[in-house]
Amino acid sequence: MSNLKLPIYFDYSATTPVDERVAEAMIKCMTFDGNFGNPASRSHAFGWNSEEAVEEARGHVAALINADPREIVWTSGATESNNLAIKGVAHFYKKNGKHIITSKTEHKAVLDTCRQLEREGYDVTYLDPEPNGLIDLKKLADAMRDDTILVSIMHVNNEIGVIQDIAAIGEMCRERKIIFHVDAAQSAGKVDIDLEKMKVDLMSFSAHKIYGPKGIGALYVRRKPRIRLEAQMHGGGHERGMRSGTLATHQIVGMGEAFRIAKQEMHAENDRIMKLRNRLWNGFKDMEEVYLNGDFEHRVAGNLNVSFNFVEGESLIMALKDIAVSSGSACTSSSLEPSYVLRALGRSDELAHSSLRFTIGRYTKEEEIDYTINLVKQAVSKLRDLSPLWDMFKEGVDLNSVEWAAH
Amino acid sequence: MAYSEKVMDHYENPRNVGTLDKDAANVGTGMVGAPACGDVMRLQIQVSDDGIIENAVFKTYGCGSAIASSSLVTEWMKGKTLEEAKKIKNLDIAEELALPPVKVHCSVLAEDAISAAVEDYLKKRAG
Repeated sequence: MSNLKLPIYFDYSATTPVDERVAEAMIKCMTFDGNFGNPASRSHAFGWNSEEAVEEARGHVAALINADPREIVWTSGATESNNLAIKGVAHFYKKNGKHIITSKTEHKAVLDTCRQLEREGYDVTYLDPEPNGLIDLKKLADAMRDDTILVSIMHVNNEIGVIQDIAAIGEMCRERKIIFHVDAAQSAGKVDIDLEKMKVDLMSFSAHKIYGPKGIGALYVRRKPRIRLEAQMHGGGHERGMRSGTLATHQIVGMGEAFRIAKQEMHAENDRIMKLRNRLWNGFKDMEEVYLNGDFEHRVAGNLNVSFNFVEGESLIMALKDIAVSSGSACTSSSLEPSYVLRALGRSDELAHSSLRFTIGRYTKEEEIDYTINLVKQAVSKLRDLSPLWDMFKEGVDLNSVEWAAH
Repeated sequence: MAYSEKVMDHYENPRNVGTLDKDAANVGTGMVGAPACGDVMRLQIQVSDDGIIENAVFKTYGCGSAIASSSLVTEWMKGKTLEEAKKIKNLDIAEELALPPVKVHCSVLAEDAISAAVEDYLKKRAG
């Protein structure tokens, strides 16, 4: 344990550190001696050099997902990409219909954008996922209507890490001429994406989830068949008019480098991370009243979302201050809201409140996993000794039969 | 969220964790909150014939502030009369533990637990 550095980072789905190689590339695009020019400056070498760097990066992003570089639009991150894709399509194609389909476990950047469109008069269907977190394609087909213009389904869920069958959904949408948007913030560099094969029309990406910098992302916009968008940011007409604003060369170069590294290393990295994730789960799964949230097979390598029943997540996190994890329990107001993703899966409030998300990444070590297994076991056992619900469970009381005074 | 030193102390070394016989005539039990809301407190008091709280124990499912609030009130209740115990208010608890505004509901729950335990005891006495 001597060379363990505390606290240990297990929150790679929240964000990742920038890879050293990425940081090096970025630093070269900032100072006077570096590549600082405005990529839109057409009249001198400073601009040309920056433009070249931006286009090289665009090529790296396109290469990871097997797309044409001209299909990549730079944005400030996946939130902006989701906004641009969903609002952009809804506004451009409103004459074709005003119905949109998404799911209840999407990221807030999708859900809140859809809510805004509802306020503008659009009709949105929010699909319930199955208890394992996956969308039932039959239910999706049933929800599709003649006036459906857009389906937006995420590739990998940020909380539970489940992988949706994007290829199959793409076929269904193309058959019915419905535009298909995918939030791929959590999947790029972790799951194979081939946009030559997958019938996805729009796909959102983020750099900081795969060891690139924060503040930069991209939206893939398919050229064949051509997808049109109404711009949400107006100005100098950058990015073929879809997203104005001076291109941030250093950010873009950082994202490009991160995607280049991902393409090279993701398969070996996935194998290593999967072993660590399974080691962690094997450490927990024989404990009493432990539940895995989300499907185990259709799941990204680095994610483990577990509920430790009868223990409240926030107090568990307090006991685990040597490790950085996130909890599905947000106990910050008088109306305590457990994770909406776990609730959408049909998990009880207790289980949702008792959940922890461990996300493993490039710098996670085996000894950190072993340390964490011990730490969590001790903490859970301590808190269960404190928990009246654990007592009742041990006495055989059915907690659902108790009349609680909700507050 | 940063917790105060006192919350951390009660959380790490909770006082008077335990269970009393809820069927005993001299024991009052108060259970408040709901699992769905993320906190459940069970507070139990053992009362002497002359109405003094001889012992107070708790078990709590909830965040650190909820655990600390219930731990603190068990300390405060011991040796008090029922009337005195009922005068413990949530604001006293919140102030003692330096609870931030979003955690004040934990102290409210602890106050509710005191009332519920006292009432349960009185009901038993009357019945």
